[in-house]
Amino acid sequence: MIPMKISETSVAKIEEICREFDNDKGELINVLHKAQNAFGYLPEEVQKVVAQNLNTSLAQVYGVVSFYSFFTMVPKGRYPINICMGTACYVRGAERVLNEFKGLLKIKVGETTKDDKFSLSSLRCVGACGLAPVVLVGEKVYGRVTLDNVQEILDEYKETVPV
Amino acid sequence: MDTINIKIDNKNFQVPKGATILDAAKSVGINIPTLCYLNLHDLNTINKPAGCRICVVEVKGRKNLVPACATECVAGMEILNQTVRVLNSRKTVLELILSDHPTDCLICTKNGHCDLQSMAMNLGIREIHYKGEQSHYIKDTSPAIIRDMDKCIVCRRCVTMCNDVQTVGALSAINRGFMSVVAPAFEMNLEDSPCTYCGQCVAVCPTAALTEVDHTNKVIRELANPKKTVVVQTAPAVRAALGEEFGYEPGTLVTGKMAAALRDLGFDYVFDTDFAADLTIMEESAELLDRITRHLNGDETVKLPMLTSCCPGWVNFFEQHFPEMKDIPSTARSPQQMFGSIAKTYFADKLGIKREDMVVVSIMPCLAKKYESQREEFATNGNPDVDYSLTTRELARLIKQANIDFDSIEPQDFDHPMGESSGAGVIFGTTGGVIEAAVRTAYEVFTKEKLHKVEFQQLRGMDWIRETTIDFNGTPIRIGIAHGLGNARKLLEEIRDGKSHYHAIEIMACPGGCIGGGGQPFHHGDTNILLARQKALYAADKAKVIRKSHENPAIQKLYREFLGSPMSKKAHELLHTQYFDKSNQVEITKD
Repeated sequence: MIPMKISETSVAKIEEICREFDNDKGELINVLHKAQNAFGYLPEEVQKVVAQNLNTSLAQVYGVVSFYSFFTMVPKGRYPINICMGTACYVRGAERVLNEFKGLLKIKVGETTKDDKFSLSSLRCVGACGLAPVVLVGEKVYGRVTLDNVQEILDEYKETVPV
Repeated sequence: MDTINIKIDNKNFQVPKGATILDAAKSVGINIPTLCYLNLHDLNTINKPAGCRICVVEVKGRKNLVPACATECVAGMEILNQTVRVLNSRKTVLELILSDHPTDCLICTKNGHCDLQSMAMNLGIREIHYKGEQSHYIKDTSPAIIRDMDKCIVCRRCVTMCNDVQTVGALSAINRGFMSVVAPAFEMNLEDSPCTYCGQCVAVCPTAALTEVDHTNKVIRELANPKKTVVVQTAPAVRAALGEEFGYEPGTLVTGKMAAALRDLGFDYVFDTDFAADLTIMEESAELLDRITRHLNGDETVKLPMLTSCCPGWVNFFEQHFPEMKDIPSTARSPQQMFGSIAKTYFADKLGIKREDMVVVSIMPCLAKKYESQREEFATNGNPDVDYSLTTRELARLIKQANIDFDSIEPQDFDHPMGESSGAGVIFGTTGGVIEAAVRTAYEVFTKEKLHKVEFQQLRGMDWIRETTIDFNGTPIRIGIAHGLGNARKLLEEIRDGKSHYHAIEIMACPGGCIGGGGQPFHHGDTNILLARQKALYAADKAKVIRKSHENPAIQKLYREFLGSPMSKKAHELLHTQYFDKSNQVEITKD
């Protein structure tokens, strides 16, 4: 089997999250949600420690992680880009916007750029249909995004890269 | 029982309140086809994800069709099971499933035993109207089980067995939509997962997505090699199930026909694992009495309860999941391995041949036996004690390939000296049988008195966990039994938490014990088949003159000529083993 390593502090963090949910395996999705918030993504070793703490199997944890598109096993970029593919955004050209991001960043959905700066994902409806098509970069919302806006949005993050 | 009135296909019926449409229909003799649904009622196991949608029916007043397996009846419900809409929907559903399923039925191992194939036949599918993408996965071959996920229909029967019944947790449904499939975590190979090779996933898989590794061709090659002496041993549970492959009623004992067929296949010596089961009892009961005596004399280092160790799925389970308890099970090897070890020493010496010139084949109801035979510790200079372990199903295939007419073949006896066995050996194949066999011998050795009533009804049955206390002439011996690894887990957790009060516990990985093993003819969800096989083994025991392992003259002779006494140095070397920590713990590093 694949050898897995994890740091003491990470284990303590996962244990804390699991305890918040009484180590109840029925709360697996909530636990994973919090763990992903804490670590940015859900690598194998995090899933393993979650499984141990909730007394469930690694396969079942992975089953849930692989089912929900929200969960990711790939580290997100410092600026995670989310493109809404909900109905309203879709009909107003979200797919073309998404393709523009893919082309400019040279990555696919679910991937992260080599410099760990940007990652690209799609989601279903952020509840701002009046602004369709909507793009999120981190917590920041961009509305009525056109193809021309895409490069502009990326440029906004050009100078602010923390080194 | 409360009942309600419903209508099915315009006929009035009274059915139990709270029943699903499927159960209600079944209770009045109406068949609704199912595919993903699996109900092992005697074992309290049910799989009904309502995922395949084959069992849909119309309910008057409802717009959409409903799955019969997961919809409860209500008073006055009018169900339609035969309308054109229902029949067409079922066909559509099946065609959609088939549109992503290989159509190599003619050369598929499951040909003739496949639930999907029978469903296609029953629904009269002649054409698949949907042409779409097909899933392609890499075949995953482990020492015992092959996963061919191109043939998976995501019914999740295996997931239910692996997680809910066995609590092994090797398999889960992963991904979603068209990409969904059953796999171990991170899609690792089965061999790298916590799989115990119990084979219960294979036992319930409706298609050939999960099958056993087939060694029949290798065995045929050995049989054709004139330089090799090929010896075969047959496990107890095989004789109670093999007949089913040839159209006999479940529970028909075909011991003599099986021995004759094996001889016709060209095996040089046809022996019985029951002989080795008797040998296991000699060692295991000696070890149990040793531990109990030391415990009674105040030795606090002694480990009790002692757990049986003849089930390789169970051994894999505690090595993977409870490695901290690996010194609790008996160190006695399983009958399969004891047989191999004695065959390649004692018997090879008798024949005056080298172990390299002997091939030992075992016929087992089991898939974990394939893995067990390949364990490094069961080989001398790379030559394994047991060369090939075949399942009951593989033996049936061999017999069919060789054109042996199983129906007309005259029963024959096993060969000597490793074909002689007691009734205690034959009940090894059912849950409760190993411990009953052990008690028959341990009682007499411990009390030095004759045991007159050899049958222990309180150890028999099909309840998941059973317990009883047997009076060893003033010393109460507390015994526990569990079958199914999920139940074994419960008893193990009791031991870990210091709450266990047993002296000895018998554990078998498969529901029902070896009679329900992963290598047996498919029961297709009918647990009555397991009950019939169990009954057959108890009947075989009853029919024996010698019913205690230590009274088996061939066993007595083996100790006299070769081993000395149970737990002697030689017995330890050849008949005992040790266990390993095979858990995959995540390594915790300092920051």
